Amino acid sequence: MMALYLRDLRLATRAGGGALTGILFFMAVVAVVPFGLGPDLKLLARVGPAMLWIGALLASLLGLDRLFQAEREDGALDVMLMQETPLVLTVFVKCLAHWTASGLPLVLVSPLLGLFLNMEPTAILATMLTLLAGTPAITLIGAMGAAVAVALPRGGLLVSILVLPLVIPVLIFGVSAAYAAVQDPAPFLPPFMILTAITLFFAVIGPAAAAVALRASSE
Amino acid sequence: MPFRLRVDGLGASRGEDPIFREVCLVLDAGGALLVTGRNGTGKSTFLRTLAGLHPADSGTILLEGGVDPRSPVRESLHYLGHRNAMKRDLTVAENLVFWSRFSGQGDDPVKDADPALHADTALEAVGLGGLGHLPFGYLSAGQQRRAALARLLIAYRPVWLMDEPTAALDTASERMVEALIAGHRATGGIVIAATHQALDIPGAQMLTMTGFAVPV
Repeated sequence: MMALYLRDLRLATRAGGGALTGILFFMAVVAVVPFGLGPDLKLLARVGPAMLWIGALLASLLGLDRLFQAEREDGALDVMLMQETPLVLTVFVKCLAHWTASGLPLVLVSPLLGLFLNMEPTAILATMLTLLAGTPAITLIGAMGAAVAVALPRGGLLVSILVLPLVIPVLIFGVSAAYAAVQDPAPFLPPFMILTAITLFFAVIGPAAAAVALRASSE
Repeated sequence: MPFRLRVDGLGASRGEDPIFREVCLVLDAGGALLVTGRNGTGKSTFLRTLAGLHPADSGTILLEGGVDPRSPVRESLHYLGHRNAMKRDLTVAENLVFWSRFSGQGDDPVKDADPALHADTALEAVGLGGLGHLPFGYLSAGQQRRAALARLLIAYRPVWLMDEPTAALDTASERMVEALIAGHRATGGIVIAATHQALDIPGAQMLTMTGFAVPV
C-alpha cells in the first residue's frame, strides 16, 4: 500500500502531474478578490475566511476527475481491480496520496493568502485549521464522483457538479468554524467538531462507494 | 500441487447483444489455450470475462487445487490487456517495482526478497536489460509492450491471460513471447492467449470465436 501512496505522490510531482495547478488556481482566485472588492481593508478581513474556503474548495475540485481516469486509460485500473488487496483500501490510499499532493499544499499556502486579505492572525490560524480538517472530506467526496464518471472522456465538469451538493456542508461548517474563532459570542468547537465528523464519515463512505462504482464501470 | 482451470457454460454479452454462449473448457497445469477469431468476435470480452472485469451472464470459472477456494479466481490471474498498465512519467523500473510491491509475490515457488532486483531480472528476460532507468514514455511501442510483459514475470500468478501479447512486436520478440509462455507452462502455469498472429504454442487447445452479430 505504501508503494501505491509513494507512486501517486511521485506522479503528482513529476511533469504533468498537476499538483501545482491547484495551488496556482487557489492563489489566482484569492489574489483577484482584493481587486474586485476594492481597497476596503475591513471588508476584506471580514470576507477573508470565506474567500479562502471558496478558493480552496474550487481548487481541490480541479484535479479530482483524473484520480481514476488516468488509471483507467493506461489499463492500470484493470490490474488493480484484480488484486487481493481490497479495492476500498486501494481507493482510500489513492485519496490520501491525492490529498497529500494537492490538498495539503493548499492548507500550507493559506496563511500567506490570508495576509493578502488583511486577516488577523487568529482568523488565519482558525481558517488554516478548518482547511486542514475539511479538505480531506472534499477529496473523499470527490473520489465518489470521480469513480462514477470514470468512463466518461470529459467528465471533469460533471464530477464537480455531482460533488458540489455534497461538499456544501463542508464549506458551511468550515467557514462558520473559522468565523467563530474571531467573532466572540459564536463558539468555535461545535462547528469544528461537525466538520471533523463529516471528514471521518466520508473517510468510510467515500472509498466504499467509489469502489462499488469502479467495479460497476469496469466492463 | 497441480491445479486445473475449469470453465463451465460461460456466456457474456455487451449491452443487449450476446457475444458468446456455453463456453466449456478444462485446462490442466501446463496447459494453454489459443483464442482466435476475426475482429469484433469477442476475444477480448472472453478474456475480460475470465478476469472478472466483464460480468458473465451465465456459467462458472473455477480454479481447482493449489489455491484457496474462497478467494476469487481473479486473484490468481495475470491479465495483460491492450493497454500496458504502465505510467509514462515513471521509469520502467519504478513501474515494475510498484507492480511487484502492489501485487505481492503470490505463492511464488522461487521467492525473491528484493523487488528491484527482480525487476532487473524480468527486464533482462524480455530483452530490455539496462533500460530500466528510462521513463516508460520514452520507449517505442514494441519496447513498451515488452516492458508490460515483464510485469507478468515479477509477481507469480498461475494463470496468464494475454490479449494480443505480440501487438507491436517484431519477429524476434514474438519468439521471445513464445519462450516466456513455454517457460511459464514448464513451471505448471496455464496460458490463455488471444491473438491473430501465428504464435507457436505446442499442444495448445484452440478456441475459435465466431460471434453472433457478425455477418459472414
